Amino acid sequence: MQRFEYLIKRFILAIVVILSVMVLTFFISRVLPSDPAAAWAGSHPTAEQIAIANQRLGLDQPLHVQFWRYFTSVLQGDLGTSLQTKQPIARDLRTYLPATMELVFCAMLLAVVVGIPLGVLSGAYKGSFFDHLTRLVSISGVSIPTFWLGLLLQLFFFSQLKILPLGSRISTATAINNPVTQLTGFYLIDTAVTGNWAAFKDTLLHLVLPACTLATYPVALAIRMTRSNIIEVLSEKYILAARITGLPRRTILFDLALKNAIIPTITVLGLSFAYSLTGDILIEIIYSWPGLGSYITGAVLAIDFPVIVSVTLFVTVIYVFINLILDLLQAMLDPRVSLE
Amino acid sequence: MTTTTLSAEPAASPPAVPSERQLILRAFRQDKLAMLGVLVIVFFVLTSIFAPLLTPYPAQGAGAPNIIEKFKAPGAEHPLGTDYLGRDVLARIFYGGRSSLTTGFLVVFLAVLIGAPLGAIAGYFGGRVDDVIMRITDVFLSFPPLLLAIAIATALGSGFVNTMIAIAITWWPWYTRLVRAQTVSLRERYFIEAARSIGVPSFKIIATHILPNVLTPILVQGTMDLGSAILTGAAINFIGLGVQPPQADWGNMISQGRIYFMERPWFAGSAGVAIFLVVLSFNLIGDALRDAADPRTRRGEA
Repeated sequence: MQRFEYLIKRFILAIVVILSVMVLTFFISRVLPSDPAAAWAGSHPTAEQIAIANQRLGLDQPLHVQFWRYFTSVLQGDLGTSLQTKQPIARDLRTYLPATMELVFCAMLLAVVVGIPLGVLSGAYKGSFFDHLTRLVSISGVSIPTFWLGLLLQLFFFSQLKILPLGSRISTATAINNPVTQLTGFYLIDTAVTGNWAAFKDTLLHLVLPACTLATYPVALAIRMTRSNIIEVLSEKYILAARITGLPRRTILFDLALKNAIIPTITVLGLSFAYSLTGDILIEIIYSWPGLGSYITGAVLAIDFPVIVSVTLFVTVIYVFINLILDLLQAMLDPRVSLE
Repeated sequence: MTTTTLSAEPAASPPAVPSERQLILRAFRQDKLAMLGVLVIVFFVLTSIFAPLLTPYPAQGAGAPNIIEKFKAPGAEHPLGTDYLGRDVLARIFYGGRSSLTTGFLVVFLAVLIGAPLGAIAGYFGGRVDDVIMRITDVFLSFPPLLLAIAIATALGSGFVNTMIAIAITWWPWYTRLVRAQTVSLRERYFIEAARSIGVPSFKIIATHILPNVLTPILVQGTMDLGSAILTGAAINFIGLGVQPPQADWGNMISQGRIYFMERPWFAGSAGVAIFLVVLSFNLIGDALRDAADPRTRRGEA
């Protein structure tokens, strides 16, 4: 029952956080010094046009009324209208989200598949040449500006070797000859399901560079976290006891020590998701990836505030829920957590 | 190095017991990579401070265009070449360091300034105060940091100071958490209880007894954060918020050089190398400091 209670408590906390996030994003959008109504009314607006825009956008109302209006419409799935494109933001999000998520999931996958094994080996053979090499790679990975790494990879794989595309999700030729049937918006899934293998291959090729660039930070982070965790676990008494009884090293490492590494793995998943979402913004600029990152940076340049605030809110809500799920998973797997 | 203190013979004069901070510094100095990092940082700090004296092209460093010499590849006259406006890239790197490095230092400083006292208050008083402060930090930590910084920076308007404030706003909760955890354990210690029992006011206890005692973990964390703060600053400048042209920042140098990168990679390339070296150095220093500050890892002969 204690676990159930924890579940409920954690869920309520997530709701409270999301409500507060809404208050905060609303607040951010109102401390805006430049005039949103002027932006909405277009270039060189008259005073009358601005007044109309103010009324349209509800900016003439008191703050709490504005907030209530904002709050209720968000709950109904209405995120407002882009000042720049005059399109409903919710609809834009639906277009851009799958592209971003496809990229983010690929990066997360890489973080787990590449980062964790490297971290385990590096920690198990602490002080070895392999360990030093892995540490060098991981500390470089968290130090390199990802957008710059993206440029370097483009220079090498596109400009020099000419084996990978420069950017975007799919090449124009493929989009015309083998158009992707839009089902989920995830091109890899859509093309695989419809058996459109030419487009599948093209999509995969387009994913390689952005996904690897985006995965750099999470992979490095995963290596660092797993390594220190394995070192810690290996110094525990039960491992010592196993060693004294003469169990082979492989059994100790992969049967005994790794079991305790499942929890940190979940943490790695959570963190790599967080960092991928953040890094995604920059990666999408470099690779002209038509996702949320391109959407929000476009909005930044146009000072399109409703879009910036809505994307921030939207991504934060995803972020909170993913963290909630990971926390619950962790509580289910680790009996010590629910005692908090 | 611990062995030196342990094997120090009980001589006529009692051996001075090294303080915690001396132990940390001594262990830190043995880390060769970290010392290399210190050299790199010192180099970039000095070149930014003395930028006008070190380059023959101070005006270009500050932003004056020199179109006739644009896109010159690195050579004798311009060691790192010239950019799309013909400005000497080395001069731009020196001047850009001013913005990038200051952003890093001030972001961490501001974050500590906001976060540490709040953490000490939360940890010291506990109860309702603690709850309120920690829930607020929860809210801030539930944003993807760069996204929140972008939103705030856009709201405040682009510019050097606003960028710094925006990043610091996303950063302080980490220090609140750190200091709170430390304070909770400090609160139960005898010297705090003693101070309390003779009637020292709470805020004086926090200011004179708690905060000085959490300084070491703050400094360690702060060093580890400097690299990420610089990276975040560069990212915001890359997006186009932050320092505005013609002023240089390593982040906006990359964004300006991006479209020319496939043919003329040297100017965006140099800025990237500068960011990478500085952030790598801070991370190496931070790692070494963390290991040195932790008694369990300190012994290691590196």
